[in-house]
Amino acid sequence: MTEELHDVRLVVNGVRHDLRLPARRLLSDALRHDLGLTGTHVGCEHGVCGACTVLLDGDPVRACLMFAVSAAGGEITTVEGLAGADGTLGPVQQAFRECHGLQCGFCTPGFLTTITAGLRANPAPTHEQAREMIAGNLCRCTGYQNIVAAVERAAELGAR
Amino acid sequence: MTTNLVGTPVARVEDDRFLRGLGRYVDDVLVGEQTLHAAVLRSPHAHARILDIDVDEVLDLEGVHAVWTHDDLEGPMAQPLPLLIPHPALTHGRTQYALARDEVNHVGEAIAFVVADDRYVAEDAVARIRVSYEVLPPVVGIDAARAATHLVHDDVPGNIGARLEQENGDARAAIDAAPHRLELDLTVERSACTPLEGRGTVARWDPDSGRLQVWTSTQTATGVRAAVAAKLGLDLGQVDVITPDVGGGFGVKINHPWPEELLVPLAARALGRPVKFTEDRREHFISSAHERGQVHHVEVGFDDEGRLLGLDVTFWHDHGAYTPYGLIVPIITSTQLLGPYKPEAYRVVFESLYTNTVMVTPYRGAGRPQGCFVMERTIDAIAAELGLDRADVRAANFIQPDEFPYDQGLIFQDGRELEYDSGDYPASLAKLKALVGWDEFPAFRAEMAAQGRRVGIGLACYVEGTGVGPYEGAHVHVETSGKVKVATGLTTQGQGHQTVFAQIVADALGVRFEDVEVVTGDTRRMPYAVGTFASRAAVMSGSAIHLAALRTREKALRIAADALEVDEADLEIVDGLVRVRGAVDHHLSLGTVAVLSNPLRYAFDEASKAATQFSVGDPGKPPVAEDDEPGLEGRDFYSPDRSTFASGMHAVIVETDPDTAQVRILKYAVVHDCGHLLNPMIVEGQIHGGVAQGVGGALFERMVYDEHGQLLNASFMDFLMPYVTEVPESIDIDHLETPSPLNPLGIKGAGEAGVIPSAAVCA
Repeated sequence: MTEELHDVRLVVNGVRHDLRLPARRLLSDALRHDLGLTGTHVGCEHGVCGACTVLLDGDPVRACLMFAVSAAGGEITTVEGLAGADGTLGPVQQAFRECHGLQCGFCTPGFLTTITAGLRANPAPTHEQAREMIAGNLCRCTGYQNIVAAVERAAELGAR
Repeated sequence: MTTNLVGTPVARVEDDRFLRGLGRYVDDVLVGEQTLHAAVLRSPHAHARILDIDVDEVLDLEGVHAVWTHDDLEGPMAQPLPLLIPHPALTHGRTQYALARDEVNHVGEAIAFVVADDRYVAEDAVARIRVSYEVLPPVVGIDAARAATHLVHDDVPGNIGARLEQENGDARAAIDAAPHRLELDLTVERSACTPLEGRGTVARWDPDSGRLQVWTSTQTATGVRAAVAAKLGLDLGQVDVITPDVGGGFGVKINHPWPEELLVPLAARALGRPVKFTEDRREHFISSAHERGQVHHVEVGFDDEGRLLGLDVTFWHDHGAYTPYGLIVPIITSTQLLGPYKPEAYRVVFESLYTNTVMVTPYRGAGRPQGCFVMERTIDAIAAELGLDRADVRAANFIQPDEFPYDQGLIFQDGRELEYDSGDYPASLAKLKALVGWDEFPAFRAEMAAQGRRVGIGLACYVEGTGVGPYEGAHVHVETSGKVKVATGLTTQGQGHQTVFAQIVADALGVRFEDVEVVTGDTRRMPYAVGTFASRAAVMSGSAIHLAALRTREKALRIAADALEVDEADLEIVDGLVRVRGAVDHHLSLGTVAVLSNPLRYAFDEASKAATQFSVGDPGKPPVAEDDEPGLEGRDFYSPDRSTFASGMHAVIVETDPDTAQVRILKYAVVHDCGHLLNPMIVEGQIHGGVAQGVGGALFERMVYDEHGQLLNASFMDFLMPYVTEVPESIDIDHLETPSPLNPLGIKGAGEAGVIPSAAVCA
């Protein structure tokens, strides 16, 4: 049994990739294993933990719940694409560092992408909105208090 | 000391790579077409005899390289996995095989191992394996295990793996003679660590050098190394185990070797290709480890002030299908149950029981949350019985500050006396009452009641033996560039070891923090180590690193004094420069000292040239003195007599909704004593995370097994790990610092503390 392969063009962090993939290849696996972009992490493979969240045409999606072929033609941003062109940390990344918003770092990429999209939609969240913004992502290390603080700090940094 | 970083909230050096997506977790290693991927066939039954395994259809599948069952394993690999921590009371210890032989004892037990081009094909192959089972009646839960109508293992009567009793004084007589008596029955449900990253192992066999490289998501690199060498018939020197970044552990990754930690290296050697196994979430629920499940019966006698005269605790510990980690969890429960209190007489007995469920190994807190829950419920019951303030009853039972060291008269998990080294429990309680507003609470409750709202307050105290032995070591190496390379053998799962250990070295050696690079969990760099568990990393490796840095400093001063022709006592090391006190311009860099320490024939770099102006050593003697060795390095080990005992107290104010049973946390307060703080930011982060896990355990999480031994909620959809919406919005933390006299930095462990009382406090 040889698997049928499909041509898939993915634009990831502004770079075009032409791949030939089986239809069942998850977007998360394509990013990690075919493109070597291992910053996107897989924590549950059933869409609950949010670690694999990437931005597809600017919107957060769970890369473990999507086939790579379904993302064909889309513009994808992963955690590797969040820093500035000159290598400086983006505001959300900087805020996580300042607020100690990460420990083991495994869930962090999904939080960073989720918050990046969240702040784009709502650049000045209230405290309650900051909590809601991350209410779909799981973290087992931090207890979330510092992540909420990082959302608020990122909003401050972004407003500058 | 030139810098003073220890004790300050230094930002973490780990963060930059994690924030850029440049962390290297085990599934990120050896990404590429050469690497093969493994999948495991796991038992669908809780208890069954394996009659036949048919793999004929598997090898026909394109892309499949190997399929193994127990029949394919030879020598030590075909024997049961090691029982890591034997104990005389563990009379009926049992461990699983790497792949099940004849019988399976829980849903999820590994039966067959497939290696294929990718994980998709490997899972296709697993689905083609046909197994014939004779299904046996499963033993699920503590009641069924005690009833012993059915046995998990035919040769373990009563399903009892161990029975252990300890007594200090005559508890029965004390209870019988006491003016007041109570009995309580208390149950703690199963939960699990559930790190966001599951288990995983990658291995590469290098036929040219005859060496095996293993990357594994573990809490003990040296443990896995020894296990792999023993099982694969290799010399220790042929096996390198490298712990990459680890996406959380919380205890489950201290157990080793997991079947896949042996099968992956075996396959890599057999197939001549790198092999990777990455556990998925369902596999983590059904084939790693759980904890917490215990049933307790308490009898207690006390006086009019609530002082404990006699305490008699019997409990039953559900250890699941196997006992690779011995009796560590129930021994900790039975001893740490005492917390900061000093009952006049205490007896504890437990039975550790087999069930046809996932095995039990330590989960953050490691038996202490259960002990704390039982003790604190008991004290609350005493207070209610006597109509006394719960805080006052606790205070009446505290060990007093002038009573340290305090011997509880029991044997702890490490086989040493349970002797507390230091603490100040009355001071902790005073801080906690102020922090949470204990004395103001009745007025707050009345105010809320007037609005029709129901609020309650709870408090809980714990003592935690941390920094358990036997030892850890450290190696500090100053390169000729002046960069300082530090290695310690235990591993890191998010605690920020690279940061805090660099703080220690910067202070002890007198170098810039930025010039220190710390490696953990790599057996190539430090082959002697134990592992990361029992809140021991800061105490054990922190102390070893401090000692090794001081040795390096001593050597640097000796060489520099010789080169500068001054007395060692007149030298100081500041920002990596060895200089004469009061004559700041008279100095040489540590990089130059490193050159001088290593009398070479060849010059490579600027530091070598700079060194030519100095001469060290006696020209009439060998260039490397008899009692010396080349290189500016220091190596040392720290091995304490016994554990150091951290402590703390939590209080919570909650609001309950009688219609929905929703519990909302209004205020959460923590007083925490882990001795001297190395990095308060990191310690508070550990407390935050621990409290979230404790609140999750108390209010949301449990492993739900049905009567057939099926785990009904083996996913993040159904196992309710807290999101941000379930945890306290903020946690008020106050620190007390009673230094440990047992180690050079006066520190105690902090990793597990947050979780220990947080179930008890919510009860």
